[in-house]
Amino acid sequence: MRRLLFTMPALLLAAPVAAADLDVTVQIPRLDVAEYHRPYLAAWIEREDHSVAAQLAVWYAQKESKEGAGTKWLPELRQWWRRGGRELQMPVDGVSGATRPVGEQKLAFEQGKAPLGQLAPGKYTLVVEAAREVGGREVVRVPFQWPAAAPQHLGAKGGSELGEVKLDLAP
Amino acid sequence: MPKLSSKWTVLALALALPLAAQAHKMWMVPSATNVSGADPWVTVDAAVSNDLFFPDHVPGDLSRLVITAPDGSTVAPENAATGKYRSVFDVHLQQQGTYRIALVNQGVFAGYELGGEKKRWRGEAAELDKAIPAGAQHVQVSEASNRVETFVTNGKPSDGALKPGGKGLELVPVTHVTDLVAGEGATFQLLLDGKPAPDLKVTAIAGGTRYRNAQEEIEATTGKDGRFTLTWPHAGMYWVNASTQDGKTSVKQARQRRLSYTAVLEVLPQ
Repeated sequence: MRRLLFTMPALLLAAPVAAADLDVTVQIPRLDVAEYHRPYLAAWIEREDHSVAAQLAVWYAQKESKEGAGTKWLPELRQWWRRGGRELQMPVDGVSGATRPVGEQKLAFEQGKAPLGQLAPGKYTLVVEAAREVGGREVVRVPFQWPAAAPQHLGAKGGSELGEVKLDLAP
Repeated sequence: MPKLSSKWTVLALALALPLAAQAHKMWMVPSATNVSGADPWVTVDAAVSNDLFFPDHVPGDLSRLVITAPDGSTVAPENAATGKYRSVFDVHLQQQGTYRIALVNQGVFAGYELGGEKKRWRGEAAELDKAIPAGAQHVQVSEASNRVETFVTNGKPSDGALKPGGKGLELVPVTHVTDLVAGEGATFQLLLDGKPAPDLKVTAIAGGTRYRNAQEEIEATTGKDGRFTLTWPHAGMYWVNASTQDGKTSVKQARQRRLSYTAVLEVLPQ
């Protein structure tokens, strides 16, 4: 018992040294429309000057064609395209992937590991942008401080193309 | 000699009048200004019209078309056609970066009377002497230099195609020409024969004039360094124009040079 009591503070001290987690949950809403296509979606972390600190995810149609299929429409994710999407060569390992269906989509990231990398302490914004063929476009922003001193559950809600966007931070 | 100068005064007035009355706008509108993918193309409309951007007067003259690729080389348009009101062509964007699509007009205009009949001629300065027949009366010569441009970027913007040529009125981007967003200021520089053009009025009008009751012009004036800043009130395709005149003619018969620069720029929502 005594040994355990001594061990516990040591574990607590060790925790901040362990890799911090950043989990993102994006809700893709069910839409009652005649022609539905899954949205293109980009998620990234912006610094205060709007520069990109990390590209987290890009979902676009993967079907091949002479025109490069989905990549042709990537500029429709306008903010993302301008902020750094156009600098990337698709596909990006661990970042780009196929479009996803209606529902909660969970993404987990870890400090020090791609694609999050080593995020320096500071103020950031998680940005999630969705654009849908023959549909709308929406950007949801969640500001946060990194690293979190204690577990934090942040979020923001979209109004049309995005449902709830949750950001869970673990120190 | 006094007689001659009064004649030239009349000529100057005659030349100034069409400028003041100039209502038609020359433009080119690309189907997209930011493209991506493995094999991107855009289609471009070119016309002269009153309403922006509805062809209703004459088509753009594609013999004046110069397309500059990101590496500075000139590329040919594809599938070009000229209709009654509008010219159309495609641009195959085989390089990464920004393309400049320009209608460049640099020429001499002459009007004269022959046997009581009014004639007009347009051509190169070198051909002027041959073009005016002996016996022509009331010869009026003017020089004009105008440029209509639009821009398309494949992938990441670049400025290899945007280098000024040092002739006439030209635009040099400070804010990139395909990176414009509603509510944000955009700064550009106007050059006249390669030098900053100060105190020029710049007018910007958003497309869709048919669907509103006013032109809703936004205006700016170039500073000493030729720079001006426009803040776009909303997203859309904008017609941006500046014009001026001076006496720096390349033909001795012309007293006046009229210059105009137009850019059609796309502004995207935030």
